[in-house]
Amino acid sequence: MDLNKLTIAQARERLDKQEITSRQITEACLAQISARDNEIKACLTICTDDALAEADAADLRIKAGETGPLLGIPYLCKDAIMTKGVRTTAASKILEKYIAPYDATVIEKLKQAGAVLLGKTNLDEFAHGASTENSAYGATRNPYDLSRVPGGSSGGSAAAVAADMCLFSLGSDTGGSIRQPASFCGVVGFKPSYGRVSRFGLLSMTSSTDVIGPLTKTAYDAALVLKVIAGHDAKDATTANEAVEHYDQAIEASSGAKSQIFLQGLTIGLPKEYFLPGLDNNISERLKKIIENLKAAGVKIKEVSLPFTKYGIPVYYIITPSEISSNLARFDGVGWGLAKNEADSLKDFYKGNRGAGFGPEVKRRIMLGTYALSSGFYDSYYKKAQAVRTLIIQDFEKSFQEVDLLLTPSSPHPAFKIGEQANNPLAMYLEDVFVTGASLAGLPAVSVPAGTVPVDNLQMPVGAQLIGPRLKESLVLQVASFIESGLNDKTKE
Amino acid sequence: MTISKQDIEHVAELAHLELSEEEKDKFGNQLGSVLDYINLLQEVDTTGVEPTAQVSGLVDVWRSDEVQDWDHQEVLTALNQGELEGGYIKVKKVL
Repeated sequence: MDLNKLTIAQARERLDKQEITSRQITEACLAQISARDNEIKACLTICTDDALAEADAADLRIKAGETGPLLGIPYLCKDAIMTKGVRTTAASKILEKYIAPYDATVIEKLKQAGAVLLGKTNLDEFAHGASTENSAYGATRNPYDLSRVPGGSSGGSAAAVAADMCLFSLGSDTGGSIRQPASFCGVVGFKPSYGRVSRFGLLSMTSSTDVIGPLTKTAYDAALVLKVIAGHDAKDATTANEAVEHYDQAIEASSGAKSQIFLQGLTIGLPKEYFLPGLDNNISERLKKIIENLKAAGVKIKEVSLPFTKYGIPVYYIITPSEISSNLARFDGVGWGLAKNEADSLKDFYKGNRGAGFGPEVKRRIMLGTYALSSGFYDSYYKKAQAVRTLIIQDFEKSFQEVDLLLTPSSPHPAFKIGEQANNPLAMYLEDVFVTGASLAGLPAVSVPAGTVPVDNLQMPVGAQLIGPRLKESLVLQVASFIESGLNDKTKE
Repeated sequence: MTISKQDIEHVAELAHLELSEEEKDKFGNQLGSVLDYINLLQEVDTTGVEPTAQVSGLVDVWRSDEVQDWDHQEVLTALNQGELEGGYIKVKKVL
């Protein structure tokens, strides 16, 4: 088997037995990037020399008898996360030449754990989008069908894992940006609870929902990555002070022979607002299959209602642009970033740099947010959205009094064609319909592969989403792992 | 609805954003249709509902007010990526 196709768990076992080296896995990943990325375009920057040096350093640590979940494991990182000494562009022209002066906390933790950074992945500019078409450096393509999008905004990270360019990748999820591309590319995408993983060094988008999380080949691998990157950070005051769990051991404790007792004690809710007639029939069938498997294993299934679901998108598209208009005010060409020199006054200098450096969707969101926050509109837009956000959160709280977890589709349809929605921003915003709720409520959620559905003459992947109560990441991953074990019909180009 | 060109120009000015004439027309229509959709929120009764600003579950996170060292190389990379003159960041005239 090609070493780039290994899961983290498989690689760990063979690395620890010293049957293979980190250098060999790293070389296999770099070779796969060379072979496939000219057509998929998942990567913006490749760090060949640094990656090989990090792999050699990891191999020395392994030889010295050290082990650890990610020691010697190569990964790719969304280019919205700061990586010291490496270009960090946010897929924007305004940061084309920007070199990150420090590492994000997650990168620092991965470095200490001995993970090997292969490079940076493509995204919608500043993570604004659901297709990765909004990148200033060109769209990423779905490895299952190159004429389709990989989803977004962490589309490069999802496509790279699906195409075996790395063993895992990091993404960020503000309103579905890990889960939706994971579903389009047939990989596992995990969004931790808000505050479970430090945001220090993540380019701020919507500070009240931004979370960093892993994209992996299995739920167990997501547990291994989460265990390393989670935890309190003095540099991010919103991080939770609760201890980091051994998410991998939790999965082991509820797998195989031990799964029966675990599953029999579980009640999973199906929110009726997520299973409306607009849902693709084939996706509905895939979900039914998963529900049957869960029932057969003894899980109690219950219909629940989250009546404020339909307000999720309008709330999200007030709160997000508002926070964006504030967070992106710092990009003005002074000190760093794109700077044009024609302007005479400071204000014209700012305006010119921002006008030339930002792409259309970023400008649209800054405009929308500035409008919503401007004098006379604050109460009817921003404050109203924050109040409805409270009602959305209460929906989830009430449902978790009745059930342990919620199961929903990750997206109402499989990956769409590149260009299909490019001229309709509202249609693109509606892409997030099933994934914004958990973001607004700060809950842990995962998209796990639910098999494939026929589209034209191809089979395209779709995902099932599990949403859990705050900080119950173990429970979400345990059930994700069970769902995954019942589905083995992955078909890939 | 369509946002008037005048309003678009006002908002762009507030946001320090230079827009082309074409962008102004386009955004007037696109933002209008997004706002139409967002107006769905007005039908929700939020009387007495507390607005949510953050979901960390935390209140007042304190730290001691102590000076900490910052790696000199990091400072240099952080601040030396724009135009400099005599070791200072150069900006356009303010007045």
